[in-house]
Amino acid sequence: MKRFAIALTLAAALPFAAQAAEFNQVHADKSSIAFVYKQMGVAVDGKFRKFSSQLSFDPAKPTAAKATFDVELASVDTGAPEGDEEVAGKPWFNTKAFPTAQFVSGPVKALGGNRYEVAGKLTIKGKTQDVVVPATFTAQGNTGVFDGSFTIRRADFSIGEGAWAKFDIVANDVQIKFRITASSK
Amino acid sequence: MTYTKTAKSLHWLMAILIFGLLALGFYMQDLPLSPQKLQLYSWHKWAGVTAFLLVLFRLAWRATHTPPALPASMPKLAQFAAHAGHLALYALMLAIPLSGWLMSSAKGFQTVYFGVLPIPDLLAKNKELGDLLQTVHMSLNLLFAIVIAGHIGAAFKHHFIDKDDILTRMLPKH
Repeated sequence: MKRFAIALTLAAALPFAAQAAEFNQVHADKSSIAFVYKQMGVAVDGKFRKFSSQLSFDPAKPTAAKATFDVELASVDTGAPEGDEEVAGKPWFNTKAFPTAQFVSGPVKALGGNRYEVAGKLTIKGKTQDVVVPATFTAQGNTGVFDGSFTIRRADFSIGEGAWAKFDIVANDVQIKFRITASSK
Repeated sequence: MTYTKTAKSLHWLMAILIFGLLALGFYMQDLPLSPQKLQLYSWHKWAGVTAFLLVLFRLAWRATHTPPALPASMPKLAQFAAHAGHLALYALMLAIPLSGWLMSSAKGFQTVYFGVLPIPDLLAKNKELGDLLQTVHMSLNLLFAIVIAGHIGAAFKHHFIDKDDILTRMLPKH
């Protein structure tokens, strides 16, 4: 029985040993940062076409993981061309003054299984907020995929000021969805 | 012989709704993006869904309640034109909201009735298809405006020139 238990422990540890490498090469073409906003009850999909990221994640040491994302706000796709132009403007992102949004990770918690919780700081339009981002990690060979979503309130970042400040047309809550594909060297 | 109260109510209710929808539709499309524009688009869609539901009810009503016959004095060609005109109106009342619904789906903006009841998207988001359906929706409405003008013109011709009861039999207190 004892021997069996040792064998089981070893067997469980083996995949880890095989993957102990650090995932730190982000594949931009297989990664996405998208969002869903509600407009008079209608959920509309949008995304950012350009962002850069630095990432290091070792499944064996998840709490040591680090991630930084810089999102080019002018690359926004709101789902309609006139929307893209609008949100680049002053009341929304004001991309001339604040061209990028940034997420910098802080402490990472392993929630068991392939689930993690990443605390971090999100800066948009010169305003920084603490966010907690749940993520799952699925590895296949030396490629891994991080998936997750979290909700921010656009008013916390002054996104949509003036005529857009009320939430009856465009809701305050915006869901951010991401999929990041990274490989180990 | 006259129309049922329900048929008359549906006719006038839809007349008001359709005039509103046409005016709003042509007005809102050129507006610069603003909260008001998004609001008007939503209202237009909700009113369009309402018009579509009303026309379904109206068709069911019409199928079960024979409308009054056209005057025997009307020439065969005029009778044919009247039937063809009405057929076109019904076809457009069905096709226009459908094209608007499909256009919304293709453009990636689902129709949510009164902001509460999501109406399924029949098409996936597709920019080219969305632009094509926009042209279809617009063209159908231009055609609709022309057929409505013909409808009103014909009613006035019956009333003022032929002096028959075609117009008055659709009025509330006839």
